[in-house]
Amino acid sequence: MPELLIELFSEEIPARMQRRAADDFKKLMTDGLVEAGLTYEGAAVFSTPRRLALTVQGLLAESPKTSEERKGPRVDAPEKAIEGFLRGVGLTKDQLEIRDEKKGQVYFATLVKEGRPAAEIVAEVLEKTIRNFPWPKSMRWGAGTLRWVRPLQSILCLMSDDAGATVVPMDVDGITAGQTTEGHRFMAPDRFSVTGFEDYAAKLRRASVVLDPQERADRIWQDAQNIAFASGMEVVEDQGLLAEVAGLVEFPVVLMGEINAEFLDLPSEVLQTSMKEHQKFFSVKNPKTGKIERFITVANRETKDHGATILAGNQKVLSARLADAKFFWENDLRVAQGAGLAKWTDNLENVTFHNKLGSQKARINRIADLSVDLAHMVGADVEQSREAALVAKADLSSEMVYEFPELQGLMGRYYAQAAGLAPEVANACEAHYSPLGPSDDVPTEPVSVVVALADKLDALTGFWAIDEKPTGSKDPFALRRAALGAIRLILQNELRVNILSLFRTHLARHGCADDAVAQNLLSFVFDRLKVFLRDDGIRHDVIDACLDMPHRDDLTLLVKQVRALQHVLSTQDGEDLVQGFKRANNILAQAEEKDGVEYSYGADRKFIEDPAETQLFDALDAQEPLISAALEGENFTQAMDHLAQLRGAVDAFFEAVQVNSDNDIIRRNRLNILSRIRHIGTITADLTKIEG
Amino acid sequence: MSLEKPKSFQEIILRLQSYWAAKGCAIMQPYDMEVGAGTFHPATTLRSLGSKSWAAAYVQPSRRPTDGRYGENPNRLQHYYQYQVLIKPSPPNLQDLYLGSLEAIGIDMEMHDIRFVEDDWESPTLGAWGLGWEVWCDGMEVSQFTYFQQVGGHDCHPVSGELTYGLERLAMYVLGVDHVMEMPFNDPDAPIALKYGDVFKQTEEEYARWNFDVANTDVLLRHFEEAEAECEAILAQEHQDPKTGKRIIMVHPAYDQCIKASHLFNLLDARGVISVTERQAYIGRVRALAKKCADAFVLTEAGGYAA
Repeated sequence: MPELLIELFSEEIPARMQRRAADDFKKLMTDGLVEAGLTYEGAAVFSTPRRLALTVQGLLAESPKTSEERKGPRVDAPEKAIEGFLRGVGLTKDQLEIRDEKKGQVYFATLVKEGRPAAEIVAEVLEKTIRNFPWPKSMRWGAGTLRWVRPLQSILCLMSDDAGATVVPMDVDGITAGQTTEGHRFMAPDRFSVTGFEDYAAKLRRASVVLDPQERADRIWQDAQNIAFASGMEVVEDQGLLAEVAGLVEFPVVLMGEINAEFLDLPSEVLQTSMKEHQKFFSVKNPKTGKIERFITVANRETKDHGATILAGNQKVLSARLADAKFFWENDLRVAQGAGLAKWTDNLENVTFHNKLGSQKARINRIADLSVDLAHMVGADVEQSREAALVAKADLSSEMVYEFPELQGLMGRYYAQAAGLAPEVANACEAHYSPLGPSDDVPTEPVSVVVALADKLDALTGFWAIDEKPTGSKDPFALRRAALGAIRLILQNELRVNILSLFRTHLARHGCADDAVAQNLLSFVFDRLKVFLRDDGIRHDVIDACLDMPHRDDLTLLVKQVRALQHVLSTQDGEDLVQGFKRANNILAQAEEKDGVEYSYGADRKFIEDPAETQLFDALDAQEPLISAALEGENFTQAMDHLAQLRGAVDAFFEAVQVNSDNDIIRRNRLNILSRIRHIGTITADLTKIEG
Repeated sequence: MSLEKPKSFQEIILRLQSYWAAKGCAIMQPYDMEVGAGTFHPATTLRSLGSKSWAAAYVQPSRRPTDGRYGENPNRLQHYYQYQVLIKPSPPNLQDLYLGSLEAIGIDMEMHDIRFVEDDWESPTLGAWGLGWEVWCDGMEVSQFTYFQQVGGHDCHPVSGELTYGLERLAMYVLGVDHVMEMPFNDPDAPIALKYGDVFKQTEEEYARWNFDVANTDVLLRHFEEAEAECEAILAQEHQDPKTGKRIIMVHPAYDQCIKASHLFNLLDARGVISVTERQAYIGRVRALAKKCADAFVLTEAGGYAA
């Protein structure tokens, strides 16, 4: 069976896009082929900075012939209907078949699709794939209209089998498919012809191109470790950087260089960030000193001097970069140790946080006020919390963070240490941005927790106060992330705070006294809570059932209750009890609607007729105080356990007793018993919200 | 590689000029106004618009007031030179042409590691963007390589290929010099050998002081407003010149005012009188002028307009 080889050869494809592009290429092509009836045995895709290559093995030589039958109108149907049918199937009347059916004679059409040669289909699918390729950003070039990520220079498209190889005839915007490609841009730039995938991969290898990105990454990592190990060093692992670098070269050559001694005292994060962001170097650590002392760069070629010129050039560029970093670091340290971090915070007076929310300094002052409130509530050191809040963002004014924004917080910690501040305060400088992503660690040191939470609550209340809420996919101020961060800070540290009253207090600091805003923000937080708990496997109806409880503004309590309810619902007792509760509730609701009264008081043992009623009375009398006490003690698991213990008696009651008795007194008494069940079912959680 | 290594800054410039002249570019002269980059030269900004073919190369002195360091930083200057090439439509072998220019200035491809690293270019003041790369030589950025997609809010059709070389940095690398002021400007063996510092050290000091501390911001602000108003007033004129009866759209005079406004904004920025929020507004005002000029240019003959 034939094999297909396609290579799309272009100018340099951004490293970050290559992997995704290779996957898209394979999917679009193979899906298109299969849709046209061409099945295949296997396919593989590869990418380098200059090419996407796809091989498909065991492809059908042509698509199978298919035939499809369509039933038409009756022979005596109006002429218009018959004409319409003929137009639809593209046939003439004499090509139709007439069959006898129960209702009379009916026209039938047989639509035959002849098989088509694979090459024809490949050409069509490839053109469509190229024209509709989902690049994150694409461009035009020259005078053409075709879009590609960078100019597309040539197309290789070859079908080969035992008889030999043939070019698939096709053309996209003046680029005609052929059977040639180029080797490495500098080491083997000549064009050469190939006969199939095996030949292609082998010739590329001879032309200094390693086709498989994984092989390039493996080789880089292996060589990097070996070269470092030979000098008693270790490469700092960085998978993201490895993938990126593997996408920048076709022929990786690993070179190790030294960092000039004058830069070795810079914080290792600064060295790493500068080397990675600007130069795409790996950091190399000396295990004896624990410091980053060397770097590894990956060149795209071999040279006669074994990379000496290339390495010297890279070293020079790095020194210039690090000279800048060192200059910033020393200037910053001078400020931190001299004037102190307050000077930087004062500079933030001139930096706008948001047009309507004032300067960064104003924001910092609000966070400090809120931190003091929170410190009192959760028992953190009040003075340290205030101080930490006031200096936590100071590093935004530092020269280092201006140059490397991604070092914010971290530099704050270094500078706070240099300024001689308490370790709790220094740590909060770094930790108060956390948690950023959903998997980011949550701070646990009390001072850090307080400032981190204040930071997020200030952002939420501020943007709510000026009505800049996230809408749909738009969340320019990352408020969903802030809400999730606040939720995780509270839950993980089991903080006991009333979030609604915090919103009210802090909205007032933003000059907003509208309680509807606080309520709206609260429901936003509840929505985020639902998303968060859903990822944790908790049902949304379970959360809804707990959201109307009086203590719901205390997220720690709320979630304890939610978890207890989720747990009890996972037991047979719990599940049955909810059914019993719903039954009680439905019967009651119907009766109350019919009678126009509320049955809420006065079930009396003296009207009991059936032992099942006595049993239910006993069970309710026994569990009710226990449930109330457990709720009082905030022990939801216990409350739910007691609730579940009602299940037997409730079930037996419904089994044995008809509530709507003919005797009105007995009926009323039974309805009043049901109302006790309803009451319990609404104080533990609103069980009417449970689905199913 | 038979080419000898160049010995001076000016030799590198001269070699680029000869190289691109040999490749068919019109060698233009620098634009006679203060600009922040070679892209602002009308030979790039305006000529990248419309359907007419174009090929030009030139040196452009460029001014970035905020980058002034009194001539002390080894590679930061408030006044420096860019070498700019613009070819429309971008030829299919533009990358090879570019690499040839590196060889022409003495970079031996057999010994160095040249890389095309993703870098999308955007000029908010010109309402322009394109896709391309920064070109690395042994880890150092030596050029910007861009395929213009949009200029002044107009889609580029055909697309221009733009090459921008930061001349001082590139020359320092080729000549093996660590501080820009130490770089030979002319032949170091000339009877009167001049270094870059002999030519520019004093001016860097003078301009740094003026840019940062002395420039009269009230005057700058007023000039900005005036340039903006004049640009708009020029473009608001009838296309038909009442005196000659000819159709004369005064795009270039209007665009001069746009360039002026842009440079005045840069000066105001260096004086630190523009807040973060105002910044966006100023950039938006310059962009609005650039767009109007682009709108007008495509109505002219050079912009592909056929009566």
